[in-house]
Amino acid sequence: MTVARGRAYTGTVSAQPLLVVVDYDAGNLRSVERALAHAGMAATVSADPAELARARGAILPGVGAASDTMAKLRARGLEGPLREFIASGRPFLGVCMGLQALLDRSEEGGGQECLGVLPGEVRHFGFERLKVPHMGWNQVAWTREHPIMAGIADGAWFYFVHSFYPAPADPALTLGETTYGFTFPSVLARGNVAATQFHPEKSGAAGLRLYANFAGWVREAAGA
Amino acid sequence: MLTKRIIPCFDVDRGRVVKGVSFVELRDAGDPVELARLYDAEGADELVFLDITASSDDRATVYDMVAATADQVFIPFTVGGGIRATVDMKIMLELGADKVSVNTAAVASPELVNEGAWRFGSQCIVVAIDAKRAGDGWEVYTHGGRTPAGIDAIAWAREVVERGAGELLVTSMDADGRQRGYDLALLRAMSEAVNVPVIASGGAGGPAHMAEALTEGRADAVLAASIFHFGTHSIREVKEALAARGIPVRPVEPPAGG
Repeated sequence: MTVARGRAYTGTVSAQPLLVVVDYDAGNLRSVERALAHAGMAATVSADPAELARARGAILPGVGAASDTMAKLRARGLEGPLREFIASGRPFLGVCMGLQALLDRSEEGGGQECLGVLPGEVRHFGFERLKVPHMGWNQVAWTREHPIMAGIADGAWFYFVHSFYPAPADPALTLGETTYGFTFPSVLARGNVAATQFHPEKSGAAGLRLYANFAGWVREAAGA
Repeated sequence: MLTKRIIPCFDVDRGRVVKGVSFVELRDAGDPVELARLYDAEGADELVFLDITASSDDRATVYDMVAATADQVFIPFTVGGGIRATVDMKIMLELGADKVSVNTAAVASPELVNEGAWRFGSQCIVVAIDAKRAGDGWEVYTHGGRTPAGIDAIAWAREVVERGAGELLVTSMDADGRQRGYDLALLRAMSEAVNVPVIASGGAGGPAHMAEALTEGRADAVLAASIFHFGTHSIREVKEALAARGIPVRPVEPPAGG
C-alpha cells in the first residue's frame, strides 16, 4: 500500500485541527500519531478540551487499565469534553482501552464506571485453559459494511493485546468479530462512533488502511 | 484463531545491527530500520531488538534507533538490554517501543517488574529468562549468560508473572547457538508453570524445530536470529512449513501493491 505522508493539516496554532488524538498519558499515543501520518493524515496530539472542541474528528487511544484510564481522563478534565464531542456527531474512533472506555462499565479492578457512550460492559476473559492476555495476531470477520472497514478483507489479521473484552448490550453495535476461546465483538460502531479492540497502529497494512479510512471519513464529514 | 508468532531478533550495538545479517537486497545490512521493514514485509509478526552497547555513553544511539524504527514500522517491537529502571522503560516506550524486556535488572531487583507493570501495564513488560540445565531443573543466568544467579528458572518464572510480567522470553543456554532445536522440556515446564505467553528462544535450526517448540514445547511464539539473518530460511518459508503441519500462523501478505 502506497500512501502519501503528512498531507492535510500542517499544524499551525491558528488553524482548526482536523483530527485530534486525545492525550491522557496513554503509552501508545505516538504510535497512533505516526500510523496516522503514514496513512496520510497529520493529527494533533492534545489534552486541551478547547482543541478537542474544534476538531473535526477524534481518536481515543489507550493501553493499560480501565480504572487508570478513567482516572486520567477525569484528572485532565476530558470526560465532559469527550462526551460533548461524541454527542456532536463528528467521527470518533476508540482504540483498545479507548474502546472499553466507551461502554457503561468494566469488570476490571473490581468494577469501574466508564463513559457509557455505548451500552454494554467489559468483561474478563477468565480462561483456565487459554492464556490471558489474548496477545498476538488474530482475524476479524466483518458483520456489516462501514466506512472504516472499506477495502479491508473479511478475515483480515490485526494485532491484539487485552485481557478484557467488550460485551455490548445491543448486538447491532457489532461491526466485526474475533474468536479466542469464544467469539467476541472486536469492532463496534454506531452512528459517528467506531471502536476497535485491536491496535491498528501495530497491525501492518490492514491497520494503516483502517486509519486511512477513518481519516477519509473525517474529511468527508468535515466537507474537507 | 490466535496465531503463533514468528519473531526475528536483532543484536544492536551503538544503533547498528551486528552479527552479520546477509541479504543481497539490503543496501545497508546494519540499518535497523531497513531490516525491520524488510522483515515486516516478509511476514514477521513482531521484532525484538537486543541492545548490546557496552558503554552507557553511547546510550543515545539506541534511542535514535527506536524512534526511527517506530516511525517506519507498524508491527509490535520489543527493546531489551540496558533496561535497569522504570525511567529506562518509560524512555523506550515513549520513543515508540511496544514492550521492554528485562533480565539481569529484574533478578537484581525484582520490584522493577512490579513497578513497570503498575506504571506501564503488564502487556509491555517482558521478562527474559536465560536458563541452563542444572540437575533435574534449570538455573537462571544473568549478565548475558555469564553469571549463575542461583535461582530455579521455573520458580523465577512463576514469581515474575505474579509480579506482573506480561510475557516470558525463555532462552535455553544449552541449546543457544547450536541450531539443533529448542530445549522442549524447558519450554513445556515454563508454559505449564505460567498463564502468560512464552516466547521460545535458543537453538532454532529450521522450521521443524520451531514446529516442535510450538507444539511439544507449548510455546506461543518462536524467536530466532541466525537462521533468518543468514538467509538459511525465510520467514515465509517457516510460516508455510508451520501451516503445512497444521500450526496456525498469520499468512504472509502478498507484496504491497497500490
